[in-house]
Amino acid sequence: MNDLLHSFGLPVLDLQGFGPLLLQGIWMTLKLALLSMLLSIALGLFGACVKLAPLRWLRLLGAGYTTLIRGVPDLVLILLIFYSLQTWLNELTDLLGWDYLEIDPFSAGVATLGFIYGAYFTETFRGAILSVPRGQLEAATAYGLGPLKRFRLVLFPQMMRFALPGLGNNWLVLLKATALVSIIGLSDLVKAAQNAGKTTNDPLYFLVLAAVVYLLITSLSNLVLRRLERRYNTGIKGGLLP
Amino acid sequence: MNQTAYAMPADPAGLCTQRLAQPLSVAGTALHKLQVEDLHKRYGDHEVLKGVSLNASSGDVISLIGTSGSGKSTLLRCINFLEQPDAGRITLDGRTIALRQTRGGTTVADKAQLQGLRTRLAMVFQHFNLWSHMSVLDNISMAPRQVLGVPAREASERARAYLDKVGLPARVAEQYPAFLSGGQQQRVAIARALAMEPEIILFDEPTSALDPELVGEVLKVIQTLAEEGRTMIMVTHEMGFARQVSSQVLFLHQGRVEEQGSAQILDHPASERLQQFLSNRLK
Repeated sequence: MNDLLHSFGLPVLDLQGFGPLLLQGIWMTLKLALLSMLLSIALGLFGACVKLAPLRWLRLLGAGYTTLIRGVPDLVLILLIFYSLQTWLNELTDLLGWDYLEIDPFSAGVATLGFIYGAYFTETFRGAILSVPRGQLEAATAYGLGPLKRFRLVLFPQMMRFALPGLGNNWLVLLKATALVSIIGLSDLVKAAQNAGKTTNDPLYFLVLAAVVYLLITSLSNLVLRRLERRYNTGIKGGLLP
Repeated sequence: MNQTAYAMPADPAGLCTQRLAQPLSVAGTALHKLQVEDLHKRYGDHEVLKGVSLNASSGDVISLIGTSGSGKSTLLRCINFLEQPDAGRITLDGRTIALRQTRGGTTVADKAQLQGLRTRLAMVFQHFNLWSHMSVLDNISMAPRQVLGVPAREASERARAYLDKVGLPARVAEQYPAFLSGGQQQRVAIARALAMEPEIILFDEPTSALDPELVGEVLKVIQTLAEEGRTMIMVTHEMGFARQVSSQVLFLHQGRVEEQGSAQILDHPASERLQQFLSNRLK
């Protein structure tokens, strides 16, 4: 293995002092991805409920959100939201005579990614909710469960089975999309690899390393997803075998 | 919030009955356990129920019969408000469920009262509707725990007892519904209804989705319940069974009660429609 890497001109695991920086980058990527994922799942559940609401104007609002966000490139949205948010905030603080408030890039990154992927999760969850047989909820209603218990005890555990494939997909795309936030000044894994590559004049090595780290994280997530799928398949005939 | 009971304008007498909050005797007859009065339900332009009334006393077994589309399932589903009736009145133990007119249609004014009503009426569905992600035991004990607040252990014991009552072996408790036969699933669904210890059990075509050879085991369970004096309202296509267990039979036709009476009307139908309906079914 080492010989193989050497033949490509790659030194083996010589981080040339950039180890801590890279670790920080990995930690930043993971933090960003996990927090944005949580936010987007919350937004997605909310969005799905809004899009399935009996009220027309709510449905239109939901449709506007998903159409707009899914129709514009992530990068454009990130730039748009980050810079315009700052501009609006500046105007607002000027107007109120407050001190200059700076949006910290990390919160902005989480908020932006969460907002974008919330739109994808909205569609994932909407489809999943529609896949749950009507009778399941009807029985819950007939037995006196209120809306929250219906959701927690029946709808959520049943819809997850249908949501998980899409959820896994979204997570992988989201994880990789965190690389985009380097343009708003966050030093995630890609940024750290780039810096290390520039300084050591060995960009290929550090980029390949970054790619391997991404691959490791995604492979691990796939394991977790398989486990979740198995869990939410309980009671299903012909579902995933344990 | 407008909490006044919705009454048809031309029904002042109904209002009087409603004021009697306690199950008193009215003119010599015990007040009915469940009263459905002049129920109307429409889907768009199609009026499914055109003023249907029904009275169930304690221990009554009422069979609703009729062709498909006659409104019998809708009637049953209006009783526990799975469908919102557009007009009419439903009274359980002397307490009328207050309805409220909104822009979107009629709704129950008091959600807590509706919840209360639903805990006292348990339903058995045509397609069982057992919660597929829960074991049989959880299916039976979930609502008693979550809705009635029965402690977990007691709810499990109760579930096992009712499982035994519907004739299923104890090992079924840990299984998931999808791995049981239709007849077993429907018996689990009946156990789920019984575990609520309801005052009335509503059966919506409990054997229509079953293979013919599985119908018997479910009917046997329902018959046992009838013999115990449980109050039941049942939509059914099993005429022989209806004849055997019913204290009242209602024949619905195009959203109206065309004929009603004791199970005798199945042998001696008075109306031409019921005669026709019965002769079409005798094969």
